[in-house]
Amino acid sequence: MSSFFGSSSSTPSPAPDMASRRQAFMDTYRQEMALTNAQELMNKCNEKCFAKCVTKPGGSLSGSEQSCLSNCLQRYMEAFNIVSKTYIARVQKERISPELA
Amino acid sequence: MADQFDEATRKELANFVQAEQAQAHLTAQIHSLTSMCWDKCITSNPSSRFARGEESCLANCVERFLDTSLYMVKQIQEQRDRAQLSR
Repeated sequence: MSSFFGSSSSTPSPAPDMASRRQAFMDTYRQEMALTNAQELMNKCNEKCFAKCVTKPGGSLSGSEQSCLSNCLQRYMEAFNIVSKTYIARVQKERISPELA
Repeated sequence: MADQFDEATRKELANFVQAEQAQAHLTAQIHSLTSMCWDKCITSNPSSRFARGEESCLANCVERFLDTSLYMVKQIQEQRDRAQLSR
């Protein structure tokens, strides 16, 4: 990774407008990724929690269905974090000792 | 984009996109594992906290899925090796 502040002497730092366009490109890209990620998580929560909490759809969402949904949403996010932590730890471990693969 | 950036910046951005795509691939796998392990492990009705054993089931689920995929690769390799020996 080249220095963010462009202090390297071997290459002339990009023209200011190019540097800001580069930054804009990266920011937009990251935002798009974050949005895709959030949408995917939202869709999954919807699907899983609807399946768990709204077993017999009635004329409206009942109070107990609503509280189930909000608990389910919290639990799904928590599950995502547990899976994420476990998966990343494992990937890092395998990388250190690749003979397992 | 091609004429907006000089050669060095283009290269840097290509590396950036590659790293972001690797990250996206990882995230997609985490989504799919969460979905699969949720179905396997979360059997109680969602309440204000996980039921007993659900949390460790989630972590085990991830580990065993990865074990499974390594095991399968090994099996396929062994099968292939045996086939080559008997040829």
